[in-house]
This record gives sequence, structure tokens and C-alpha cells, in this order.
Amino acid sequence: MTETIWLTTKLAAVTTVLLLLFGTPVAWWLARSKAWWKEVIGAVLSLPLVLPPTVLGFYLLIALAPDSPIGQLIQAVFGTTLPFTFEGLVVGSCIYSLPFVVQPVRNAFEAMGDRPMEVAATLRASPANAFFTVALPLARPGLITGAVLGFAHTVGEFGVVLMIGGNIPGETRVLSIAIYDHVEALEWGQAHLLSGGMIVFAFIVILIMMMADRQMRRRAQ
Amino acid sequence: MTSSSNQNTEFKARFRQTLGTFTLDVDTHLPAKGVTALFGPSGCGKTTFLRCLAGLEKAAEGSLTMGGKIWQDQSTFLPTHKRPIGYIFQEASLFPHLTVRDNLNYGMNRSKETVNEGNVEETANLLGLNKLLDRHPDYLSGGERQRVALGRALLTSPRILLMDEPLSALDQMAKEDIIPYLEELRRTLSIPIVFVSHDIREVERLADHMVLMDEGRITASGPLIEMLSNPALPFAQADQTASILEGSVVSYNQDEQLTEISVEGHPILVPGKIGETGESRRIRIAASDISLSREKPSETTILNVLPAVIQSVEALEAGRFNIFLGLGQENQCKVIARISSLSQKKFAFAPDQTVYLQIKGVSMIEKY
Amino acid sequence: MERLKRQTVKSHRFACLMILSLIFPRQAAADTIHIAVASNFVSTAKKIVEAFGKDSDHRILLSSGSTGKIYAQILKGAPYDIFLSADSETIDKLQTRTADRATYALGKLVLLGARRAVLKETVSTSLNTSDLGKLAIANPKTAPYGRAAIETLTSLGALEKLKPHFVTGENITQTYQFVATGNASFGFVALSQVQDLNKTRYKIIEQDLYSPIRQDAALLSRSAGKPGARSFFSFLKSEVSKEIIRLSGYDLP
Repeated sequence: MTETIWLTTKLAAVTTVLLLLFGTPVAWWLARSKAWWKEVIGAVLSLPLVLPPTVLGFYLLIALAPDSPIGQLIQAVFGTTLPFTFEGLVVGSCIYSLPFVVQPVRNAFEAMGDRPMEVAATLRASPANAFFTVALPLARPGLITGAVLGFAHTVGEFGVVLMIGGNIPGETRVLSIAIYDHVEALEWGQAHLLSGGMIVFAFIVILIMMMADRQMRRRAQ
Repeated sequence: MTSSSNQNTEFKARFRQTLGTFTLDVDTHLPAKGVTALFGPSGCGKTTFLRCLAGLEKAAEGSLTMGGKIWQDQSTFLPTHKRPIGYIFQEASLFPHLTVRDNLNYGMNRSKETVNEGNVEETANLLGLNKLLDRHPDYLSGGERQRVALGRALLTSPRILLMDEPLSALDQMAKEDIIPYLEELRRTLSIPIVFVSHDIREVERLADHMVLMDEGRITASGPLIEMLSNPALPFAQADQTASILEGSVVSYNQDEQLTEISVEGHPILVPGKIGETGESRRIRIAASDISLSREKPSETTILNVLPAVIQSVEALEAGRFNIFLGLGQENQCKVIARISSLSQKKFAFAPDQTVYLQIKGVSMIEKY
Repeated sequence: MERLKRQTVKSHRFACLMILSLIFPRQAAADTIHIAVASNFVSTAKKIVEAFGKDSDHRILLSSGSTGKIYAQILKGAPYDIFLSADSETIDKLQTRTADRATYALGKLVLLGARRAVLKETVSTSLNTSDLGKLAIANPKTAPYGRAAIETLTSLGALEKLKPHFVTGENITQTYQFVATGNASFGFVALSQVQDLNKTRYKIIEQDLYSPIRQDAALLSRSAGKPGARSFFSFLKSEVSKEIIRLSGYDLP
């Protein structure tokens, strides 16, 4: 059980860090760009919000298979395939949790408006410099919300992991799968323990989010 | 259309930009010295013009040279952060995550020019900010914030200061708080200032030059004092019209509490102590506060009586007349007097006549 | 005017009746039988229901799910009449709620190879290769076919050697997916799942390597007095049903 909790935490942490690294520039582009087709990209990135996770998992399983083009490319580059590995779960989780990180960060960048970046430009800050010294600090509540949501969502993820994980202890057997297993095996005692823990965790997450939200609103006033 | 051909002009700007139904179409020279006001009703394009100067807006067609350096032409567009400008926005727009000190440092640390305006402490002193340095912007008043914004812009050692309605977001108290600092800057700063305003009082008080804009075009431009007293422009006809005179402080009479200011060789007495001897001061005389006399009045309570020559006489609506007068040796200093049509009938004022102006001293300087 | 209105009302009523009769055909005289069936048996169960419907007016509702979930639902009062389980242990546990029980099929385990994999003469030689890749099995804790796969490998003495290659599907369907998509080279699945595949793709595991996968059905006590339910339960054991079950890839008890 400790192994499962540690693995789940590691998966969520790695996913969250990657999503903040890659999702923040994407959120910035979505908030700033004036291209008409940006909403098309935005919609594609938001698909995991509405798609059943099993759909995503199913397509990932097909796309990443050793005899698929993507699978062969990955095998050629990394010498291994992704399904049934921790790395595979990270890829799946990143796709699945992407909108939960991008959306709040994008909202924060949009709420900021153009003015802070303009001010920074009149004070000799290059766009990249202004992004790091002005935009990111001002978007902090959004980044916190995104990180917490991304982390929590990855912890709670089930469908994708079920499809591409293979339930390998210490590698792909995360909490939600373990709970499902216990329920299926009629081991309700253990299921209660883990499920109860998840409820407490979810409560804490939502509490943190609400407090971050309050901070953001106080800053806006 | 009035325009002055100032040979010192360093800022050459031409912009053409269409935004929806609005088109900005300007082609002008801005003086290299002093304060230029971009004046006009809201929606006339003055802010867009200023943003084009700063590079915050990229006009589709345009060219801009500053002191011989090209900032924009067909192939060049110098981005804002590479232009040596200071820019003041309508709202102070301080960075809320930084203290006042870090806000002031932000631009200074990124400015390539050597710091010639002194350090943060000095600027903070100048703008009365030294007690606020460690505060966050959330805890400042509107006037204080705008002063920090001003200091922050000045610390980048700009070669030109651009201000977009810097006072309009402030209440009367905050305006009173900041205007003396702006006047101080006007006197001490060697760089040109361009500021956008829709308030003629601000312009009268601060500007040396005025660019009058309407519907995206420049309708007139020139030295402020000429513009205000130009019969062809709408300012002279306004109800509250006034003349602005520049003079230098001669002396202060402690017993009578009057300051003598010399305007084109004529002494004008102003109540209170105003400036130090030798300093240049601007005074405002409302047209309705001037009465005219054919003879030099010998017995009058009016302190300031000046000879002047009538330049032109113009009938206004509602039974009033504007008399445009010249002061000084070449009559170059323009003053407007507003009289009733009954008086005009009785005296039949006409150009080239010499008259005496009686100015009610107490009303000469208006508090902003 | 009044007459016209009455006529309209009449024709409305008629239309309503027509629609109702379309929705509930021949409903009045027959029972509605609610059958819960383990996922792996759904397609076969549908064929049996179809055959049953030829001589019967009863209406049949099929719900499918994993055996464990259906068990939990029955404990919490789900309104099922008959339960077709994928094992016999679950029916054992439902003993107090069962009016009648029967083994309706014996599951047969096969080793399925992915499209690229090479199946050799025997299971042992097929799995004894250096580049084995992943071997998919159903979760032995919850799925009878997973348990059978473990038993088979134990009988062959290959369990410890192959354990590192395991990927576990939550059920037999997912295990099949792992192999069908090529993500696992081999997998232990049910013969019923590979009926449409070329015979070279799979090997049937000899029955003496694993204990029989008995799939038991229960007529639940709450429905003991329901003629429709009893009638279907008997039909399940008829020759017609047996033939369908056999053709679907199961042995018979």
C-alpha cells in the first residue's frame, strides 16, 4: 500500500511539473494570440475535459502500440515502448490533465490584461524578461490553482491508467486502480481505507483551491 | 489650420492606422523641448497617437524619427522596450507584486543609459516618496501611485516622457498633490514631454505647445499661448476663455504680500509669494476679469493697469465681444478681453487703438 | 365546432394508443425478466435470449458488468431475476439468496498471440523466447481466466520466470485488448473471445493444466415464483442453449 501511495504521488508530481513547464507557454499563447484558429487549438486541448478517460486510454493504447508509427518512433528513439511503463502513465496523465492546468493559468493571464506587459516594455523589459518578472508573478494564483488541479486530477485518474497501465505493482499500479481491485475482489476493508483517504485528500485540495481563489480576488481589488 | 515651423523639431511623426471605423492620420513635428499637449475630445485619437510614438501600437503606415534616429519606417520598427522613452499610463499601473522601491528599480536596472537622474533615493526625495519605499502599491493613495509611476519612468533616463492623461484617473485632491511635481519637472527636465489631455485647465497650466486633434487628424498645432488667443480657434470663443502670460519673478513685497512679475516689461502684481526672483512663472487671466479704458485710469482700486494695442474685435453670440489685444513692444503678447455689446457700442473699439487693461489682481492666478 | 374538437381529441387518443402499443408490444400477458450477465458472456447470452424469444412472450432485459460488481449490486438489492456469473465461487457466496443454480458453461483458456508474435508447437515453447515482451493475463484475484492462467503457468513450471513479463488486465476483455492492439505479445484469454480469429493466432490450453472454469447461473430467491424467470432458467439448460454455448467457444458440463 505504501508503494502504491508513493507511486501515485510520484506520478502526480512528475505530471504536474511537466504540465507547468509545457502548459504555461501554451496558456500564454492561448491568452495572448489574436489568431482566429487559436480557439480550435484550445478546443482540442480541452477535449480531455469531456471525453470519457477510457476513450483517451483506448486511443493511447492503439497509438503507442509497438507496431504503430508513433510506437515505432518511440521505440527507435528510446529503445522501449510506453504502455505498461511509468513513463507511459506520465504521458497519458499529461494529456489527460492538460486542460486542468492550462485553463486556470490561461484565465489568470487573460484577467491580467495587456497593461502590465505594456508597462514592462516601457521600462525596457524585453517580452521574455517581462514574462518572467511580471506575467508569471501576477499569474501566481492561477499557477497554484492549475498545479493543485493537475496534481489532484492525476491522483484521481482511472480510465487512462486502466487502459495503458497493466496494473504492475510499483510501476503502474496507482491508487485508483488499487481501489478498483479491492472492490472487485470484495476486499471492502482495504477499499474503504484507500477511498476514505482519497476523500480527505480531495477535501484538502478543494480547500487549498478556495483559499488561492480568495487570495486572487483580494489581489484584484 | 495653424502650424508653427519650428526648426528645432526633433520628433518627426507620420502615422496612418485604421481601427474599425476610426482612422488615425497624422503627420507632424513635435518640439524637442518643453511640454507638448495632445488635446482634443475623447475618441479623437490622441491616445492612439501617443501609443504609436511609444511603439505600443504599430501603425500600418508610418514613420517616426527621434533626434535623427529612425524608430519606425517601412522596414524598421523599434520595439517599445528598445525606445528610450518614459511612459505614464492613465492609471499608475504599478506592479502589485513589487514594493515601491522595486517598482522604481525595475526600469532603472534594465536601462542601458547611465543613470543621470540620480539614484532611487534621490528621485524618491524629489517626488516625496522616501517614506513609502518599502510599501506595496495596494497601500498607496492614487496620487502617490502616480508619483511612483512618474519616478519609475524617470529613472530609466528617458529621452522623452510620454504621459497618457496622467491626471484624469485622480480626484481633485490627488491632482493638487501631483501637479506641483509636474510643474517642477517642466521647469527642471531637459527632455521633451508629450502629454495627452482633454482638460484645457491642465493644458493651460502645464503645456508649452499644443497639438489640437479631432477625429483622428491634427486640426491645429503651435505654441500654447498663441493657440489660446487665436481668433480662428475655438478656445477664444469659450465661456471660460483666458489668456496665459509668461513672466519672470522680480521681487516679493513682504509688507503688502505681493509678488511682482514682469510680463513683456510690464510689472504685474500678484497676491502671495510666488517663486524666487528670476524664476519664470505662468499666469492666467480670465477674459471676463479684464476691463478696458480709453484713458489711463488715474483713480482706481485695480492694481494692474497695462497699456495695450487692439489687434482685432470679434462679435460673439449672446451680445458679447472678444477684444484681442497685444502687449509689449511688438504687441507679441496676446490677451483676450470679454466685453458686452453695449460697451462695444458705447466705445466702438477698433484695431490699432491703444487702450488700458485693468486686471483684477486677485483673480490673476487661479488655483488649479 | 364542438364536434370538430371532440373528433380531434378522439384522433389524438388513437395516436397515443398506437404509439404505446409500439413501445410495449404484447406486454400485458408476459413477465419482464431482468438478467445480469458477466461481461464475457454477454454476446452468447444475447443469442440465447433471441432463441428464447422465438417461443415466448416474456420481455428480457440484459445488464452486464463484472461478476464482482453484479454481486455487490445483488447484495444491495438490485432487481435481478437471474445472474449468469463468470465463476462458481460468487454463486456459492449468494447461496442464501439463490433458489436454483446450475453450471451453464465451462470456460476454455487460450494463449493468444499478437499479430507479430510467433506461436510455436506448444505453449511452453511459444513463451520460451528471449524477446518475449509483455504477457497479458487477467487479474487473477478477480477474474477466473486470470486464475486459470496462473494455474497453467504453475503446471508448466514457468510462473516465476514469466512473472516479470506480466501485464494485468482488469478483466478478460481488457486482457484481450492488450494483445489485439499489439501492446502485449501474448495473452491468456477465453476461447469465446477468439472465435472470429484465424486459428493460427491462438492455442487452446489443455484442460488438465488448470482447474475447470465453471460458469454458474443462479435463479435468485426473490424471483422463484416468477414463471418467466423459471422458464428462462430451464431454457438455459436446453439443447438449443447448449448448442449456442458450445459454438461460442465453451465446453459443457
